[in-house]
Amino acid sequence: MARRVGAEGSFAVAEAVRLADVDVVAAYPITPQTHIVERLSEMVASGELDANYIYVESEHSAISACLGAAAVGARTFTSTAGQGLELMHEVLYLTSSMRLPVVMAVADRALSGPLNVWGDHSDAMAVRDTGWIQYVAENAQEAHDLTLCAFRIGEDPQVLFPVMVHMDGFHVSHVVEPYFMFEKGELGDFLPPPKYPYPLDPNRPVTMGAFAPPAVYAECRKAQDTAIKETYGTIVKVWEEFGRRFGRQYKPVETYKTEDADTILVAIGSFNQMASVAVDNLRAGGRKVGLVRIRLWRPFPVQAFREAVQAAKNVIVFERSMTYGGTTGPVCAEVKSALYGTLHQPRVMNFIGGLGGRDMSPRQFEAMFDRAREIAEKNLEIGYETIGVRG
Amino acid sequence: MNTTTATYTATLQKLREAGEVFMPGHRACIGCGEVLAMRQVFKTLGRDTIVACATGCMEIISSPFPTTNWDIPWIHALFENTAAVAAGIESGLGAMKRKGRGPAQEVTVVAMGGDGSTFDIGLQALSGALERGHNFIYVCFDNEGYMNTGIQRSSATPYGATTTTSPHGKNSIGQTTQKKDMPLIALAHHIPYVATATPAHPTDLARKVRKARDIKGPAFLHVFSPCPTGWGTDADLAIELCRLAVETGVFPLGECVYGKYELTKYVKELRPIRDYLRLQRRFRHLPDDIIDQIQDNVREHYEVVKRKCGIIGSAAD
Amino acid sequence: MAKKDFELTWKEIPIGAIIHEPGNAAEYCTGDWRSQRPVLDRAKCVKCGICFSFCPEPCIVKDGEGYYVADLYYCKGCGICARECPKDAITMVQEEH
Repeated sequence: MARRVGAEGSFAVAEAVRLADVDVVAAYPITPQTHIVERLSEMVASGELDANYIYVESEHSAISACLGAAAVGARTFTSTAGQGLELMHEVLYLTSSMRLPVVMAVADRALSGPLNVWGDHSDAMAVRDTGWIQYVAENAQEAHDLTLCAFRIGEDPQVLFPVMVHMDGFHVSHVVEPYFMFEKGELGDFLPPPKYPYPLDPNRPVTMGAFAPPAVYAECRKAQDTAIKETYGTIVKVWEEFGRRFGRQYKPVETYKTEDADTILVAIGSFNQMASVAVDNLRAGGRKVGLVRIRLWRPFPVQAFREAVQAAKNVIVFERSMTYGGTTGPVCAEVKSALYGTLHQPRVMNFIGGLGGRDMSPRQFEAMFDRAREIAEKNLEIGYETIGVRG
Repeated sequence: MNTTTATYTATLQKLREAGEVFMPGHRACIGCGEVLAMRQVFKTLGRDTIVACATGCMEIISSPFPTTNWDIPWIHALFENTAAVAAGIESGLGAMKRKGRGPAQEVTVVAMGGDGSTFDIGLQALSGALERGHNFIYVCFDNEGYMNTGIQRSSATPYGATTTTSPHGKNSIGQTTQKKDMPLIALAHHIPYVATATPAHPTDLARKVRKARDIKGPAFLHVFSPCPTGWGTDADLAIELCRLAVETGVFPLGECVYGKYELTKYVKELRPIRDYLRLQRRFRHLPDDIIDQIQDNVREHYEVVKRKCGIIGSAAD
Repeated sequence: MAKKDFELTWKEIPIGAIIHEPGNAAEYCTGDWRSQRPVLDRAKCVKCGICFSFCPEPCIVKDGEGYYVADLYYCKGCGICARECPKDAITMVQEEH
């Protein structure tokens, strides 16, 4: 029977990794992921977790070691944040193109410079195109559940892709919350033992990582692109099964009070919790507003997203990273792209804030709704605005 | 030229029966010393081997999708992470074995790379893997430059050699730095076995490969791999160059087992360095005074090696 | 015979671009590269196998009588075998084209 415990999101992740009985952990400490890897080290030392922990000398080696371990059929886990995720960058593309089901928890953190160890989404956005399945946990419970689901999804023979579970640095990784922790055995057959179909094995030799000249590289890319789009069905199916068996239903796009909303705020991450308070406050005052949380980031849930915002006249995209010279922030660009050409075209507005750990209050989310109303009434053409930035 | 499909399949069968695990039909240059060394190493290790290979000549010539020259499980990841990938393979196999999964037999884990991926870009990953004490073999096939990308210098390029990024000219003699002592760097990690080898000494190489496989913990093999293309020599000189490198003292043949050094081929009277340099276009531009300097450096270094091995005294002894 | 790279459609790419057929690159005829080929004088050959040890392909195998002969399908004509043969039993002969 699941126990209700109070713990940081980091520890919730570590417990999930333990419950998944991983074979290999290869990780390099970086704020704010350190508590995940420290807890895992403790578990290995005490015997709670039977895994080989590789104390790698950098994040590049962390993900490389995971790649090697996954290639022989081991269940592997790593975790990082910010600069560490960027140091892994080239290996991320390889892990996905080689279809190796590594699971990684990312405590989303701002990228230097200036150096900033606090949370935002610049690291996550930088790895948008690396070909991993990517989704988001907004609190400790979700971090626990979704890390478990990641092993199930990634290793599914219809999937075979690495999975990145994002959670806001500090806001999720370091905040102590109550959550229901699974007991060993409670998962039943939800997470079967790993069985990677083509491991490096002298009994059945394969060659991995061949080079592809121009004559065939494009075909390899199309095959990979098609495959990741097709993982959508399995992701939804696994989440549905999880919901049926354990009572918590996760969806690629989740809506909050959107049914008759004329203005909907869209965001990714734990700040949605602040946003939902703002929605409640404004609703109490008679405003028809709602919230859409994007949970599945890659493959992007185009259909589900369109359906979620179809009734609204105005869509506000709030996000926590910049693209420096882009038309809008990256999430807004994705949203606009998903909505372009559809029958119903809401006005899309973009606010960038919460950078480098800058906290946001429900009041500021309410201010976004007010500003959105102003922009709509005055019919202003604005690419994006920052919110909560002085001057 | 009369050749048929039937002929080559018969050859492949004979090769496999002879224990070869690396098949012909690869795209290595004519007379490549590195592919020969690689073939010898893996033939010795046999089929129960998993190889992690760095980007480089050996990777490119042996894995043009959708084909491969490898009869054993082989993975190429990136240029600088080979040792880390091998560490993951070794750890993964170990954990799986504990839990009753994976191959039933003992498997040798090998990381291989050229001097580029070992001395330079992959040095960090190698250092980490050696320090952590994984049970694996790291083989460096050293052709003294980034040959695959067009003969650029590496930190393994010897003093005075001309490469495309250390070209000789009015203002330069070519490579102006001394070759890094990679075996010593490996030994600084307190690993149980380090050895140098060349394909011209195949029984010595095979013995060292077996020792590396059988010893528990990390083993580092530094294999001299002549590159006719990059060094500017005739295609048939790879073996001769290895021999000369050993006999002139440029590449001492030895091993260090649990901290005990030994010259496995002690050359009492070193041959003059010119015998070795004159065969290679990459040294042709060198004036006599630089060559004399190289000669002194090589002799000095050999004396240092001898002292480490407990061989005291000069050639006169 | 495996399909050539320029023939494969995207649907035929194996998952992860993994190659499942060990050694299938051995179809490639590297013998087309050479400008000289080794010719063995069986009278001088003592079947020591040194040429076999030093062939980079490797393409030297024993024939029915135990003599080591290069398979010309692969032989690139590097000449290492001729140079290293202790009995000078191998001569490199120019290819006529």
